[in-house]
Amino acid sequence: MRPLKIVVLAKQVPDTRHVGADAMKPDGTVNRSKLSTIFNPDDLHALELALNIKDRVEGTQVIVLTMGPKRAADIIREGYYRGADNGIMISDMRFGGADTLATSYTLVKGIQKLAPFDLILGGRQAIDGDTAQVGPQCADKLKIPQITYVEEIIEIKEDEIIARRRLEKGVETVSSPFPCLMTVHGSSPACRSRHAKKIMKYKYARTKTELKSKNTDEVLLSLHEKRPYLTIPEWNVEDIDADLDKIGLSGSPTKVKSVESIVLTAKEAKILSGADADIEMMIKELIEQHTIG
Amino acid sequence: MKSVFVYCEVENQKVAEISQELLSAGKRLAQKLGCPLEAMIFGIDLKNIKSQIAPYGVDRLFVADDERLEPFRTLPHAALATEILKKEDPQIVLFGATSVGRDLAPRIASVLNCGLTADCTILDIGDHFVKKEKKEYKDLLYAIRPAFGGSIMANIINWDMHPQMATVREGVMKKEVFDDNYATEVVNVNVNKIVKEEDFVVKIIERHIEESGVNLKEAPIIVAGGYGVGSKENFQHLQDLADLLGGEIGGSRAAVDAGFIDHNRQIGQTGTTVRPKLYIAAGISGAIQHRAGMQEASLIISINNDPEAPINKIADYVIHGDLAEVVPKMIKYYKKNAK
Repeated sequence: MRPLKIVVLAKQVPDTRHVGADAMKPDGTVNRSKLSTIFNPDDLHALELALNIKDRVEGTQVIVLTMGPKRAADIIREGYYRGADNGIMISDMRFGGADTLATSYTLVKGIQKLAPFDLILGGRQAIDGDTAQVGPQCADKLKIPQITYVEEIIEIKEDEIIARRRLEKGVETVSSPFPCLMTVHGSSPACRSRHAKKIMKYKYARTKTELKSKNTDEVLLSLHEKRPYLTIPEWNVEDIDADLDKIGLSGSPTKVKSVESIVLTAKEAKILSGADADIEMMIKELIEQHTIG
Repeated sequence: MKSVFVYCEVENQKVAEISQELLSAGKRLAQKLGCPLEAMIFGIDLKNIKSQIAPYGVDRLFVADDERLEPFRTLPHAALATEILKKEDPQIVLFGATSVGRDLAPRIASVLNCGLTADCTILDIGDHFVKKEKKEYKDLLYAIRPAFGGSIMANIINWDMHPQMATVREGVMKKEVFDDNYATEVVNVNVNKIVKEEDFVVKIIERHIEESGVNLKEAPIIVAGGYGVGSKENFQHLQDLADLLGGEIGGSRAAVDAGFIDHNRQIGQTGTTVRPKLYIAAGISGAIQHRAGMQEASLIISINNDPEAPINKIADYVIHGDLAEVVPKMIKYYKKNAK
């Protein structure tokens, strides 16, 4: 079997699953500073699927591609720690405010720089939007087939890949020729943990932008000179030859007209303790109302 | 033509529930806009499919009937839909937020270079003033959806790149027959003219669809657990209570993600929407995504040791306590008092 070239699309997201009471400002807007950022969970599953293929097909190359602000370089380092071969950042202020259409355009311009490739993998959806749109939109722009909601790779052949998909009410096994794009479902195996040796190897990996920050010392700079693999490639608008009308806010048809924070209208609830008398009283009421019994 | 368009899902000559809901929602939008409602459906043996669709008030129905169109595959369906949409140029296009709709709609949005709002729970028509252009846009689609982990509802609009597309959650829109004898014009689509051989490169090797024994939608009583249940073992208490009351167990997304309960029992926006007569929420904080899937229950009991849990605000009974103690007590006193 020939080695494959796999690009994993990964996103850094606010941890919306652990939204505390302080995550919303009094005016109803999101207090981003109170939310930590994480590797989008489904994208970690996609990384695992890629690494699993790498285990099965010798010589396979796994490249993590992310788009985001400076701090999203954490995603590339995390990818390295878990076994990715390469990582690339797409980062430029002008990409900001992109909806899924502009995001997929931008990612595809980056992916095309990496061509030829065999597989593009990404999580089914990101937890900050839950849209599940970027994968299929990239597949369209690359003019390649898509297999969504993949939970397992059944077989890898010379010219096609067979995968099982998780649907609402069941599973489906499908084959697709290379190259193709897959979005990976959360029911697939969880990502392997970080590898101690790889942490040692890559903990000083930085983008050029990060190296320009105040905290960079001579030691770090000379380390990057000696070990060029530590410098994470960073692509801006010009590097990927993106059309300014198709990126960021101007390339995004969907706009937020308004947001409303959720205000619950309180009902008159009966407040009970867990005491026996309270529970028995409630059960009796439910039986009397014929709700149960 | 100015119209509202619905992509209908079909399997074995049966129009999907979500598509019937969408046709109703689409009709309401079309009436507000004073425009026709159109639909498209792609599958096998659809000669009589009109009878299932016309009653929702569909003016024109595009039918593509070909043995290769079922089960659903992305590329042929995308080719057909984009061709029809390019030609008909509707204002609004709706898809179900199902495994089919969420696979297909973004691909079409990419081809048509238009906006797509995912997982809407409310659709409406309204205006928007664009300050930069000093221009008022009339009759836009308001695609409203929960966002950011459910802490906000966002109204998403798109005024400059048409059509305006949205996927809509299952079980959210009310299904209502418009007119049993509605006159629907059927347009037969020439599949071979649009779909190419290479659109069938993805092959379905095996398919296993469970007509699963889980029927949360029909269950009169649901005992649901959240992340606060803590373990798969603790879910057994909920199962015992559900069995005793003749109900089903369900779970929040957090409980499913944590592996406490199977994903086909997930309740909420990314799971099933339920309207039981009794809903017992154990260890569920009640993010809007969850509440959207259960708030129409006739009676809600919340068992939670967090008095501030959002679910308490829509509950009829709030029990402050440890569910590992409360649930066995409920079982005990039910057994004691039930006739």
